[in-house]
Amino acid sequence: MNTTLESPPAWKQYLARWGWGLGSALLLLVLVLWNYAQNPTSTEAVLASTVRQSTPLVLGALCGLWGERAAVINIGIEGQMLLAAFIGFLVNVWTGNLFLAVIAGVLTGAVLGALLAFMSVTLKIDQIIGGTVINILALGLTGYFYQQGLTTHGKLQAIPLGPLADIPIIGPVFFNNPPITYVTILLVFFSHYLLFYTRWGLRTRAVGEHPRAADTLGVDVYLMRYANVIFGGGIAGLAGAFLTLEAVGSFERAMTNGRGFVALAVMIFGKWTPLGSWGAALLFGFATAMQTQLQFAGLNIPHQFIGMLPYLLTIIVLAGFVGRARPPAADGVPYEKE
Amino acid sequence: MTESASSKENWLRSLWRAVNIPTAAVLLAALIGAVILLISGANPLDAYSALLKGSFGSLDALSRTLEKATPLVFSGLAVAFAFKAGLFNIGAQGQLLLGAITAAVVGFGIHGLPPYIHIPLALTAGAIAGGLFSAIPGALKAYTGAHEVITTIMLNYVAINLTDYLADGPWKDTSPGNIVARTPEIAAAARIPVVAGIPLGFIISLGIAFIAWWLLWRTTLGFEIRTVGLNPHAARYSGMKVARTIILTMVISGLLAGIGGAVETQGVVYRYQPGFNVGLGFDGITIALLGRTHPFGVIPAALLVGAMKAGSSTMQFDAGVAKEITDVVQALILFFVAADMIVRWILRIRAEEGEKITLSTGWGQQ
Repeated sequence: MNTTLESPPAWKQYLARWGWGLGSALLLLVLVLWNYAQNPTSTEAVLASTVRQSTPLVLGALCGLWGERAAVINIGIEGQMLLAAFIGFLVNVWTGNLFLAVIAGVLTGAVLGALLAFMSVTLKIDQIIGGTVINILALGLTGYFYQQGLTTHGKLQAIPLGPLADIPIIGPVFFNNPPITYVTILLVFFSHYLLFYTRWGLRTRAVGEHPRAADTLGVDVYLMRYANVIFGGGIAGLAGAFLTLEAVGSFERAMTNGRGFVALAVMIFGKWTPLGSWGAALLFGFATAMQTQLQFAGLNIPHQFIGMLPYLLTIIVLAGFVGRARPPAADGVPYEKE
Repeated sequence: MTESASSKENWLRSLWRAVNIPTAAVLLAALIGAVILLISGANPLDAYSALLKGSFGSLDALSRTLEKATPLVFSGLAVAFAFKAGLFNIGAQGQLLLGAITAAVVGFGIHGLPPYIHIPLALTAGAIAGGLFSAIPGALKAYTGAHEVITTIMLNYVAINLTDYLADGPWKDTSPGNIVARTPEIAAAARIPVVAGIPLGFIISLGIAFIAWWLLWRTTLGFEIRTVGLNPHAARYSGMKVARTIILTMVISGLLAGIGGAVETQGVVYRYQPGFNVGLGFDGITIALLGRTHPFGVIPAALLVGAMKAGSSTMQFDAGVAKEITDVVQALILFFVAADMIVRWILRIRAEEGEKITLSTGWGQQ
């Protein structure tokens, strides 16, 4: 942190930190309102699709964030999502119960989180390799046990929140969503509160920034890392459940399609904060939603080029921002007790 | 890997040290794979014997194993080479795809060349395509600090989309009756032959592995690459151009992956068709780690995974076991190789002082 005697006023720091993001958000808002005046239904469709597309991304980003705030890099989010999507799907096929299926997905993610924690905290395996193990394992297991032709018993349906859902633009976009989407929005604010305003969050951040100091003060570094990576895994599991049980209603091989990695870029773009990640996820969701819109608009661009957009955006964001973003100081470094 | 092995006993011991962990890892992974097979109601003995029959059971099977291993040697070399500079090139897949389609274009686009010119020409074109594509994450890493793990994965998706477009658009096979996305067949002169059951591509891969070893351990560039991999700060402090080394390493890694794609096009598929090269680049990760990131270790590792690929269709056919079980076994192998302390504990092998690969030093640092 900046500890010079004359630090600039708080609002200036805030602007320097978030100015770029706020500026582009404002620009987008103006564009959206203008577009809404022209064509209300398609604007609402794009915005609703933005929120839908952003849900797995913000969940993945929260998973990565909880791990990295405790200094464990998780590149296995993709695999956690995929296996959770699959197990959630299977539980639904067997029991016909959507709620149980979601729980199963969350638990699957948490179990894989525990595996990652075991590899990176206890075994001190290189964390990038540990994440890769999870990704390949999930791809193999889901491929091996996959059977064609299975579909879920129903999908999680949208629940309009009374009169809130009738507000123009905001209503259909934020207050007429299926349950996991609501939970996601709540999780963003809950994570923000937990990370910055509770003892748990303070200890997590201490473990991520200076584990030795935290250890000296009596914080159990290993326990904090395990707990946060498992918690993050559960969130990635929810993202997987979202894909099969809320968005698609069936399972396909490798259906996560790189979302776990895009989520990492979202986390970095959001500077390892829940609210920032949400904003970044909405931006990425918007890019994906526009993609579908562009395809329908009959533009003469091959669909493969439009398909590249989210990935190119991820690269640009990483290249442009990672240098200026500051990860937790001990990120990726295994902790050795003395 | 010790370099100065004077007596025979020393040599044997270093060989044992190089193979003990990977061998144990493979056996443990196969054991757990057997448990998964049992749980899913399959007979692991039937499955594994069918796997062996399909990979080593006959001369045909052996030839198929070599054929499957060939692109894997290249993708394994690509990943292993980058590892030496501390870079994790997950983008071998995308680089391989671009190499494959570029070799196809040179293969079907040019006619009338003799094979001894056409074959190397197409191979070189494929290599260059992979190298150029891989220069992007290299430059991004060197100049902006963007982590190559994410940029290469993202570029994989870009490569898939790009090659899909090319094979369905400008380079599509327009012969009557064809409706699928694929390029025309390459000229006969561009095809890499199979001599006495041995795919010539495999021989080429051995030569390239030797060149990679020579480059890493017998040249200044190789010394710089390994120094950057072990300690980038020390490398920078001693006056090495770290950014240049990172980009060059990624380019060479991409060249290797690109040849892998080209060999597959020229030796097996004879055209580019989306979906035919999937997974070859990702297997390179397992192979590089299994081969302990050494060019000569990559060869047996590629043979092992190639055998699993060659045998998996026999396994699916004879024992009714889905191919994907080999992916599961591969992930487990990777786990046990990386988690060598578990294997050491089981085998009671003492830890050795060796170079450890460290990749996850954070996002922004170089």
